Formats: sequence, structure tokens, C-alpha cells
Amino acid sequence: MAEDRIIIIGAGPAGIRAAETVVAAGLRPILIDEERRDGGQIYRRQPDCFKRTSQDLYGSEAAKADAMHDCFEGLRSRIDYRPESLAWNISQGQVHVARDGQSQALAYDKLIIATGATDRVIPVKGWHRAGVFSLGGAQIALKSQACAIGARTVFMGTGPLLYLVAAQYAKAGATVTAVLDTSRYGQRLQALPKLLSRPGMLIKGLQLTRDLKRRGVEIHYGVTPLEIAGDDVDGVQSVSVRLETGEERQFDCDAVGLGYHLRPETQLADLARCAFHFDTVSRQWFPEIDAQCRSSVEGVYLAGDGSRTLGADGAEAAGRLAALAALKDMGIIVSEPEMGRLTKILKTMDAFRNGLATAFPWPHAVAANLSDDTIVCRCEAITAGEIRATCGEIGSGGIGADELNRAKAFSRVGMGRCQGRYCGPAASEILAQRLGVPVEQVGRLRGQAPVKPLSIATVGDAP
Amino acid sequence: MTQMSADVIIVGGGFMGSAAAFFLRRRGRSVILVERGLVGQQASGVNFGNVRRQGRFLPQLPLANRSRKIWEKLNYLIGEDVEFLPTGHLRLCYSDEDFAVLERYAAEARHHDLDLELLGKNALRDRFPFVGPEAVAASFSPKDGHANPRLAAPAFARAAGRAGATILENTEITAIEKIGEDFEVTSGNSSVLKAPSVLVTAGAWGGQLSKQFGEEVPLVARGPQMAVTEPVPYALKPVVGVYSKVTEEVVYLRQVERGNIVYGGGTRGPAYPDLRRSYVLPQHSLNQFQQVQRLVPALKGLRTIRTWSGIEGYMPDDIPVMGESAKESGLFYAFGFCGHGFQLGPGVGDVMAELIDRGRTVTPIDPFTIGRFANRDDSDANASSETETRRIA
Ligand SMILES: Cc1cc2nc3c(=O)[nH]c(=O)nc-3n(C[C@H](O)[C@@H](O)[C@H](O)COP(=O)(O)OP(=O)(O)OC[C@H]3O[C@@H](n4cnc5c(N)ncnc54)[C@H](O)[C@@H]3O)c2cc1C
Ligand SMILES: Cc1cc2nc3c(=O)[nH]c(=O)nc-3n(C[C@H](O)[C@H](O)[C@H](O)COP(=O)(O)OP(=O)(O)OC[C@H]3O[C@@H](n4cnc5c(N)ncnc54)[C@H](O)[C@@H]3O)c2cc1C
Repeated sequence: MAEDRIIIIGAGPAGIRAAETVVAAGLRPILIDEERRDGGQIYRRQPDCFKRTSQDLYGSEAAKADAMHDCFEGLRSRIDYRPESLAWNISQGQVHVARDGQSQALAYDKLIIATGATDRVIPVKGWHRAGVFSLGGAQIALKSQACAIGARTVFMGTGPLLYLVAAQYAKAGATVTAVLDTSRYGQRLQALPKLLSRPGMLIKGLQLTRDLKRRGVEIHYGVTPLEIAGDDVDGVQSVSVRLETGEERQFDCDAVGLGYHLRPETQLADLARCAFHFDTVSRQWFPEIDAQCRSSVEGVYLAGDGSRTLGADGAEAAGRLAALAALKDMGIIVSEPEMGRLTKILKTMDAFRNGLATAFPWPHAVAANLSDDTIVCRCEAITAGEIRATCGEIGSGGIGADELNRAKAFSRVGMGRCQGRYCGPAASEILAQRLGVPVEQVGRLRGQAPVKPLSIATVGDAP
Repeated sequence: MTQMSADVIIVGGGFMGSAAAFFLRRRGRSVILVERGLVGQQASGVNFGNVRRQGRFLPQLPLANRSRKIWEKLNYLIGEDVEFLPTGHLRLCYSDEDFAVLERYAAEARHHDLDLELLGKNALRDRFPFVGPEAVAASFSPKDGHANPRLAAPAFARAAGRAGATILENTEITAIEKIGEDFEVTSGNSSVLKAPSVLVTAGAWGGQLSKQFGEEVPLVARGPQMAVTEPVPYALKPVVGVYSKVTEEVVYLRQVERGNIVYGGGTRGPAYPDLRRSYVLPQHSLNQFQQVQRLVPALKGLRTIRTWSGIEGYMPDDIPVMGESAKESGLFYAFGFCGHGFQLGPGVGDVMAELIDRGRTVTPIDPFTIGRFANRDDSDANASSETETRRIA
């Protein structure tokens, strides 16, 4: 019997645990990741020449990071690991993977997609200036390169990462000028019952805030972002917001970390033709999965933050569960109690995810109300006004845009290098508000290959 | 059940239907344009954007010329900019044998005002230094060019709407019947539309409607593959395409003013008209990469940011179905444009409006009659080598 071919995309917590589970069943999976090293987003490794301790790098998560890296080292000779390999398309039962200018088509019987999440952002006037980074970008600079994005940084947005990254900066000795949160403090109390599903996480979160306060960092809740001011030579000079009290405040700084929690990286699931549904709590589209991480497409499994934003522990559990489901579907006998246990863990984590979405809601009105002259799509320099203009005269039967893909066709929003991964969420809010319809009604941008820009010099393997 | 009536009902809001609606309104005819999805969402909105005449079937050149004249003044006519740039179209080849075909075409087309210029190896490099070393010669058509397909059909439909046409989007036509003098057209949302004339401009789906009148056509749906690179400074003016009998070699590209290079061609991918989807095949993308570099080596350093495909209807003889039904008077067709309908769009709209309004047209369209498939022998389905020479975007 030919060995079943299992491919896992993503060597973060979800992908590594999936690989471990497959190896434990006596099979040798292919593990693909576009990064140079394993670890994924949270347990990202530093370059070889850097010698910081894992305590320095991962703080309270050091033990988990070490466990994850050890697990990977143990697997290394038992898996077909392919780093620096971009999965750029999925078609007809094959993953197309580019590495060093070569593209290879890898056939699979079971595919586990564990591509993680990236920042969910809302544009703000002036965010195209030099010195504005996503929270993820700010964290990567610190973790991987040991450098800060600026000497005086403002962190703006909402979500647990806002506090985490700010605290990591403060701890590393960088000046954090302010943390500006669009969520109101009261929303956190409202979410408390759900957040209590993971008391440990809740406590960690509270500690972060305390830490920042102890270091004298100003924290404001319930802010409305107004503008990032600066010029083309020096980049960012200040951030202004309206505080909850109504007062307008300006914070001088030379860098801004911006982010509103996370959005799953779903293009591969989309290319694999998985079905999507709209998650009303977080107001975004997720690929559909059953309780055991099976997608709507036979043979395709989705694990980790790439399908639900459950965080690193959730990603580990989902990676294991997805692999067990795949093995089971191949006719291999797996531990049902273990599957039951993991399913239950994920359920708890999903309750916590809902709690976070209540405590740190996506401030859709901030996106919907962006001024006409705010650039929304940075790749193509498309403003909020241009997006609104695609609607034409509403109700006149005037062939206006009534969904996101048509707004894209008319205005180029989402047509640039990032393919709408950064501007898409805000663009749909702008469009929905303009049309006066619920945001799910304007749909979502369809994923198109390549998942990331691909050099024309790339050559294929012989057919 | 709602009822509406007009002089003409147009089924299918692609470029053809939208342009026809506009020109019928200019002739004072009342029009209802019915589109299943969104206007210009199918082939008309996702094509390569080539406004090319050279290389076309010779008897189609009068129609293409009529269309070209409208392109010239299109922004003025419909009141919106569809980014038509008459930058010229360069058709090059990799063998002397293929150049002989281009030479013959230039000779045969000389009465059709294309002003083709034949360029040998040196002249080609002097004029267009960016072409790759393998190109042996080319034919340059100075007045062809390109435009933005995402904008063209919706702009035409908006202009038709402003001129008084009724436009129904998200409305599928399920049946067309002739009852007495009028056609009754039934839509999925169970309204009935009535008109003495019906024009079917349903693209790759046209055959499903003509079949209801016993006029079956051997239409095959395919998905040509397109892609676009990241933007670079605007330098490449003409549209550049390859003439070759080897399908993989037939790629074409153009640069838009804001810098991106759009390219397409090679082997077509599968299309699923019933699902209204067509898919890009990765192996075809990789072939395009190779061929695009061969065509313009400087593009090697660029990255592709997006690929797509669209559903197009192809006929075995590589020319469309246009004209009045051979079986039912008052029923007209314009569909199955075989990968080259974008350039023709404005002309097709104008000619079909004239035909419906006047019962005849000054532009010859006889070769495109649907009657050519009546009692056809299935061996016709194999494209002849003569049609091969026309097959380029
Ligand atoms: C800035 C930031 C900070 C975070 N901090 C925390 C935190 O403190 N605590 C917490 O619990 N969670 C945090 N998260 C969430 C975090 O991402 C995780 O919970 C965890 O890393 C999820 O694991 P994963 O395996 O699902 O995805 P990831 O760890 O993101 O791994 C996904 C992997 O897939 C690879 N990949 C993606 N697409 C492709 C492709 N097309 N081809 C090849 N490889 C691909 C990526 O390179 C990556 O290595 C953070 C996220 C971000 C963005
Ligand atoms: C990828 C691609 C690249 C191309 N490149 C070029 C090029 O560079 N140059 C060129 O000249 N040509 C090109 N073409 C061809 C050109 O796009 C088409 O020939 C042209 O757009 C056809 O227009 P149409 O209106 O006939 O069809 P379509 O645009 O397909 O419109 C037909 C419409 O009819 C609607 N419809 C169908 N059935 C029904 C029904 N029952 N009820 C209601 N509505 C219905 C459909 O929804 C559709 O919107 C290309 C085509 C493709 C797909």
C-alpha cells in the first residue's frame, strides 16, 4: 500500500502539533513553512547569531516556547520539513510550493492548513507615513531583530496584543508614550463571565496592564483615533485621538504600532474551495469547520489561528485534533477519548475568544466613519471617498457597487500587493455603512493565487 | 406577478448587451436589459483588455473598424473614462515561417485601414528595444491599443440607464417564448417581460437560450488565464503579443499607466458555466512566467500579485454567432465571441441596434449567422488550421 501523503502548511504551534501527532501514528508528513525557522508567530525564533535567552524573548511563555522548539527538534528527522517554502496555490489535489525560485507541485491525500493569523487593522488618516507598523510588525522587529520601531512609540487599536506588545516594548527599554485603546473599560467587565473560562489568561492580561501602569505608561480607553500627523521626510510626528471624555489629545511620537486583534490567513483555505461563514461576534469571515477541524472540503483540515483566533494554546490543541481527524478519516485507529478531550478544550477556548471579542470589540464605526480623504488601501492609494463613490447613486438602479468584489473592480481597493488582507476589513465596513446594509451582506474579497507575490523568474518542476 | 414591456429585451448584461442597450436608446427604442448577476461581471469584466484588430478573421475587420471608431470617442459618448489608450499593438513571432503568415495577413488586410507595419529583426529592436532576442520579426498595428475591462461594460450600462433604458441586475431569464406577435420572457423572480424583439447577449450561456428555439450551437466554454504584476514605472507603451502555432507560446501583455503589467494567454483553463466559475491552473501560470520573460526579458525581475480567469464561449470556427435567428423573426443573437469580443463590444452593440431598428446593417455580419450550424456535421468541431492562425487575444 502506498503511504498516504499528508501535507501540513505552517510550522507554528498548530502545524508542529499536527506533525507530532501524524508522526506518532507512524507516518511521515511534509511540513511547509515560508519562514526560515519553525515556531510560527508567537514562538518565532531569533536569527542564529542572536543569543537572547528564551526568558528574554518569550517572557511568561518561555516554558511553552522551549517545549515547542524541543518538540520540533525531536520531529525533525522524522518529517519532511521544508522551510522558506511558500505555498502559493492549491489546485486539483496539489499544493504548489515555491522555494528558491523553484515551484513544485505536491500531491496530498490529507491537507492540514495551519497558516495562522495576522493583524487586523483599521486605517487612520496618516497611517501611510513612515513609522507606522502593525502590532505584529512591531513585535517581529523586537523578537527577531531585537530592535524597536521607534524611540517614542504609541500603541493604538484594541485587543490583548495591544497590551502585550506595548508591555514587551516597555520591558525591552523602549519608551512607550501611550497605549490608546478604542474599547471602553466597561466592555471588559461585561465580558468577564466568558473571560473567566480561562482564568490564567485573564490574570496574565491584567498583569500586562498593571505592568504598563507601573512603568508610567499612559493608558486611555474608549478613544476615537483621529490622525497620525507627520511629513514625508521625517515620517510620524504625533498621534491625535478623541478621548472618551470628548477631549482631543495629541501624543508626540516617532512611531506607531497599530492593530485591532487578529484576522485569520484564509487564502489557502479559499483556494482549496472551503466554504466560509460570517462570525457575528468578531464581524469577520471564517472558513467553516466542524468540531474536529474538518473543512467543508473532503481531505482538507483547518487548524489554529488560521481558522479561529484561539491563541497559541488553542492552536496546539487544534493542530493535534486536526491531525487525529485526518488519521481517523484515513481509517487509522485513534484515541477517541483524546479527540473528545481536545474538542472540549477548543470549546472552552472558543468561549474565551467570544469573551475577548466582547471586551475588545472591533470598532466597526471607526472604520465606517473614516473621512473621505483617508487612504484605506495603502498598496493602491485608494481613499474612503473613492470606495464610497463606487456605490453610485444608491437605489437609482445605477450599476453601483453593492458588494465588495465589485467595489474592488471599480476602485482597485484590495488590488495591490497585499490583496486586501489589510484594507479589506475596513473597506467592507465603509461599503456596508454607505449602502445601509449589514456588513455580511457586502461579502468578502475572494482569494486569488498567488497567496503572496511570486517572482516571474520562478520555474516549475517538469510536468 | 409583475409585467413590463419594451421594444427590445436584451438578455445578458455583458459588454455586448450593455452596448446594444445604449445604442438602441440612441435610436429611440425602449429597452429592458436583464442580467443574471451584475453587469460586466463575467468575461466582459475580467478579460485582458486588448483592443486589437490585427490578426482578426478578415471578414470581421469591417465590424472591428466600426468598433474602433467608437472606441476613439467612447469617453465622450458615454460620459465616463474607460482608459482606452491607442498605444499600438505589436504582434511578434519566433520563426520565419510564422513571419510569413504575418506578412500574408498584412497584404490581405491592406484595404482595411489597419496601416500595419512589418518590422524585420533590426527594425523591431530599434523601435521596441525591450523585446527578447528570440523574436525574429513583428507586425505593428499603430492604432490598436487597450482599455480597462473592469470599467467598460458597467460604464456603457450606466450610460444606457441615463438614456432611459431599464436595467435589471440579479435577474435570471429562464425561458423565452413567442406568443403571438410578442416574446414573453420569464425571469427567475417570476416576472414576465414582453417585447416584439429579443436580443440574446448571454456570452458563454447564449447557446442554452438559442437551444430553446431549436438552434443548437457547438459552443465550448473555456477560461483564458490572466495575471498582473506589481507596479513599475510606465515604460511599455504598446500591447505586445506573440503569434505562434504553439499554444503555450501565445502570451500577451500590456502595461497600464499606473504601472502594473497585465498579461495572459497560453493554454486555457477549465470553465464551469453552470457554477459560473473558472479556475486558474498553477501549471499554466508557470508556463506564462516563462513565456512572458521570453517576450520581454526585463520582466524577469517582477513579481506577480494576482491571477484570474473568466468564462468565455468558443465556437469551433473561432468566430461568434451574430444576427437574426434563422428560425424566429424578432429574435437576435450576439454571443460566443471566442476570446476576442472586447475590442468588438461597442461595434457589436451599434450593429445589433441598427439591425433590430432597421432590419439590416451596413456592416457585413453574414459569416456569423447561427444558420451556419444548422445540420452541421460534427467534424466541423475540429478547428481548421486556417482558424488556428486567428487565435490570439
Ligand atoms: C503580533 C502577534 C502577537 C501574538 N501574540 C500572541 C500571544 O502572546 N499569545 C497568544 O496566545 N497568541 C498570540 N498571537 C496569536 C498567535 O499567532 C498564535 O496564537 C499562534 O502563533 C497561532 O499558532 P498557529 O500555529 O495557528 O499560527 P502561527 O504561529 O502564525 O504559524 C503559522 C505559520 O504558517 C506559515 N505560513 C502562513 N502562510 C503560509 C504559506 N502560504 N506558505 C507557507 N507557510 C505559511 C507562517 O510562516 C507561520 O510560521 C499573536 C499573533 C500576532 C500576529
Ligand atoms: C480571461 C479573458 C480574457 C479575454 N481577453 C480579451 C481581450 O484581450 N480582447 C478581446 O477582444 N476579448 C477578450 N476576451 C473576450 C471578451 O472578454 C468576450 O468576448 C466579451 O467580453 C464577451 O462579452 P459578452 O457580453 O458576450 O459576454 P459576457 O461578458 O460573458 O456577458 C454575458 C452576460 O450574460 C449573462 N447571462 C447569461 N445567461 C443569462 C440569463 N439566462 N439571464 C440573464 N443573464 C444571463 C451573464 O451573467 C453575463 O454577465 C477575453 C475573455 C476572457 C474570459
